[in-house]
Amino acid sequence: MSSLLPLPVLLPMLGAALSIVASRWATLQRVVGIVVLTAVAVTAAVLLVAADGQGPIVAELGGWPAPVGIALVADRLSALLLLVSTLVTLAVLGYAIDQRIVDYGRATASTTFHPMYLMLCAGVSLAYLTADLFTLFVAFELMLTASYVLITRRTGADRIRAGMTYVTVSLLSSLLFLTAVAMVYAATGTVNLADLAGRVGQLPAGLQTVLALMLLVVFGIKAAIVPLHFWLPDSYPNAPGPVAALFAGLLTKVSFYALLRTQTLVFPREEPWTLVLVLSAATMLVGVLGALAQNDLNRLLSFLLVSHIGFLLYGLAVFDAAGVSGATLYAAHHITVLATLFLVSGLITRRTGTVALDRMGGLLRTSPGLAILFAIPALTLAGVPPTAGFVAKLALLQAGAASGPAEQAVAGVVVVASLLTLYALVRVWVRVFWGEPVPPEPDTDPDDEVLVGTARTSVPMYAATAGLITVSLAIAVFAGPLAGMTERAGVDLLDRGPYRVAVLGEGR
Amino acid sequence: MTTVNLVMAATVGVLYGTGFTLLLSRSLMRVLIGVVVLGHGTNLLLQLAGGPPGRPPILGVVPPEEFTDPLPQALALTAIVITFALTTFLLALGYRSYVLVGHDEVQDDVEDRRIARQKAPSAPLEDGNGEEPS
Repeated sequence: MSSLLPLPVLLPMLGAALSIVASRWATLQRVVGIVVLTAVAVTAAVLLVAADGQGPIVAELGGWPAPVGIALVADRLSALLLLVSTLVTLAVLGYAIDQRIVDYGRATASTTFHPMYLMLCAGVSLAYLTADLFTLFVAFELMLTASYVLITRRTGADRIRAGMTYVTVSLLSSLLFLTAVAMVYAATGTVNLADLAGRVGQLPAGLQTVLALMLLVVFGIKAAIVPLHFWLPDSYPNAPGPVAALFAGLLTKVSFYALLRTQTLVFPREEPWTLVLVLSAATMLVGVLGALAQNDLNRLLSFLLVSHIGFLLYGLAVFDAAGVSGATLYAAHHITVLATLFLVSGLITRRTGTVALDRMGGLLRTSPGLAILFAIPALTLAGVPPTAGFVAKLALLQAGAASGPAEQAVAGVVVVASLLTLYALVRVWVRVFWGEPVPPEPDTDPDDEVLVGTARTSVPMYAATAGLITVSLAIAVFAGPLAGMTERAGVDLLDRGPYRVAVLGEGR
Repeated sequence: MTTVNLVMAATVGVLYGTGFTLLLSRSLMRVLIGVVVLGHGTNLLLQLAGGPPGRPPILGVVPPEEFTDPLPQALALTAIVITFALTTFLLALGYRSYVLVGHDEVQDDVEDRRIARQKAPSAPLEDGNGEEPS
């Protein structure tokens, strides 16, 4: 079983290399992408079943046992998020391929899009699977470098600023990450996460706090936690539709996974974490209030993305098995629903030719299918029963209610933020779909990758979006077994024993 | 408990300070140089994390107690490659900006422009912003 572990990283890398070689044969490129990601999804599903049945699965790279060598680990948390992420990347790739066919014709291949897309997937897989802090840094670099190319390719003059902000902020957080790795290594002499779990406890309390806070800041920038979120609503809306969906679905959640993994494994706590509790309340409120002030559909969704990072943080702040399990379930739901909303937003802007909400209207008459495609993920994000969002929020609220008074107070913020999310999304729905139909506006900058107002969409684009909605609905339908699995994952995360024994062997 | 070389620690501090100061400027070239300087500071810090220098490791010419720690060197090597690649990418981005916009200054963001417009409603729209079609 452990021989399967490198596949989610290796297959996309080989696929990326093959896509470069095949940059003249458009169809081959597309087939490679779809086949590779399908294979990764199957592998992730097998790993999830195996990890749930027999505990964490470990592969030692190069035959060197940990902590000398680098280990890859799939436990319930990483395998579950890997599976959900890969399903999302698969659907978004289907959408992107079809959008490119619609825009540039079936024969046009891409020298950068497919290779970079697959490299990003490889980085995401490596970040989920690695048990080594430095390899985690490399995984983030792999993922982010691919994302730099995807967000800046074919940009026009008015969008290059967004790319610059994104690249500079990400670079800064990466260098801070490297600083944190150096500090951790200087203090403990290891970068293996399981080994760190044993050694950090012996350090002075002040030093432990410094290291925990450094990692919180690093992943806080990458995961867009208020007050480190400012770059996200500024850069994501300027990316082409499928790329924005990919980023919104994956990047911040991978960072949250890294935060969850390092804080639970290396810096365990008995009490709820007050600092993160405050940050989560601030993130929820600032995000959703920012969304209410927007007139640009994509910026509005970006602020909602920030807001819902706060929900994830809330689960971490409670810092017990129920809270962490709720955060895991929420992350799985969040990955699918945000990607879906950005894909639908891509479809809407192609119909209307604008992202400004006050210049849209009447889409209900011209494309009623789109109204349904928008309504389902919108209700899911707001957490209306019986959707996946409701199940995940309920898990978080139950965890909070069983905790102390401060956590119960922030549970109130969770409810308020959910209601405001619903309000913001209903407002969007009314503006976009109600009223008199408005004719589509022409594309202002035909040269750049962000094509809006072409009014050309195709059935597979809708099908890919509907596929993602199906994943989200499946999370709601299988909420019982899934919640059981995330509960076991939460217990494992706080117990730390199974992970450490799996990586280091017995008796360490 | 090992001690840290004070000169090296001070150098790392100066490099970090310089790097952050440069990062805060508007010209993308300065930002780029800031990233380079900051990257050097980080790599030096990684070296410092390995403890005091010792004899060459792995070759087997000295007993293991006198080795210098090879792992931070391997980490720094990887980090140098990554920083180098991203520096060239930023350079290309700065050049693209220069070609497209005519300068490599980072422009105001959307919220800034919106607030500026609320203060002076007649202020012109520079380029695509939140309300503009994209």
